[in-house]
Amino acid sequence: MTQVLSSNSPSKALSSVKAVNRKRPVNLDLSQFHFPLPAITSILHRISGVILFVAIAFLLAGLDASLESEQSFNELMDTMSGFFPTLILWGILSALLYHLVAGVKHLFMDAGIGETLEGGQKGAKIVIAVSVVLILIAGVWVW
Amino acid sequence: MVTSVTSFGRSGAYDWMVQRVSAVVLAVYTIWLVGLTFFCPMDYAGWSELFSQTWVRIFSLMALIALGAHAWIGLWTVTTDYLKNGIVRFLAQAAAGAVMFIYAIWGVQILWGL
Repeated sequence: MTQVLSSNSPSKALSSVKAVNRKRPVNLDLSQFHFPLPAITSILHRISGVILFVAIAFLLAGLDASLESEQSFNELMDTMSGFFPTLILWGILSALLYHLVAGVKHLFMDAGIGETLEGGQKGAKIVIAVSVVLILIAGVWVW
Repeated sequence: MVTSVTSFGRSGAYDWMVQRVSAVVLAVYTIWLVGLTFFCPMDYAGWSELFSQTWVRIFSLMALIALGAHAWIGLWTVTTDYLKNGIVRFLAQAAAGAVMFIYAIWGVQILWGL
């Protein structure tokens, strides 16, 4: 312990600045650092989950209007035919589809499938590929 | 054993299981409802007929209750990871809990046309 402390002490470092600097990456090239794909799919799973939690309010309001009366149903359909409401609906559907696909991958991993480093990277690629296809289909559907 | 007082089931293993069981309920409900509206678009008559059936109302309420538990565990995990200030975290979790309670009661009102 004392050895470790003394070798890291500021006085020693000052006395051999050159030696210390050789070991330290002074200019970190941030472009060299990036999250691995499984980390990106994981954070997207969290972000889409938080989005969905907020989106439920809009979905419940929509369900309410759609069941209230024929008039409110038609009014809702009218509103939803606009560009921005359609865009928001597509956004909610995208979050839902992504969260669903990433969640299913979680269940596969719980079952012991794709738990290795390679499996995790492959799983992340599959999640991205499947959800992109589903999100594009949803986009065509709502428009 | 140290357990967190704000977690859903006071135990990580219990939360883990609730998260997965509720996820399966939500997945089945989502695939059913999105698939149904995708493959057979409905007018008001068909839509209101669908939601007048007791099993659809029960299935929908089950999904909403599963959502409450699922979202609580998910948001608890996210807030404990990112909100380091205890008071801020408590308030965020309390707000999330209140919103989920409102969703559940509002859902009952909508589904049973109260």
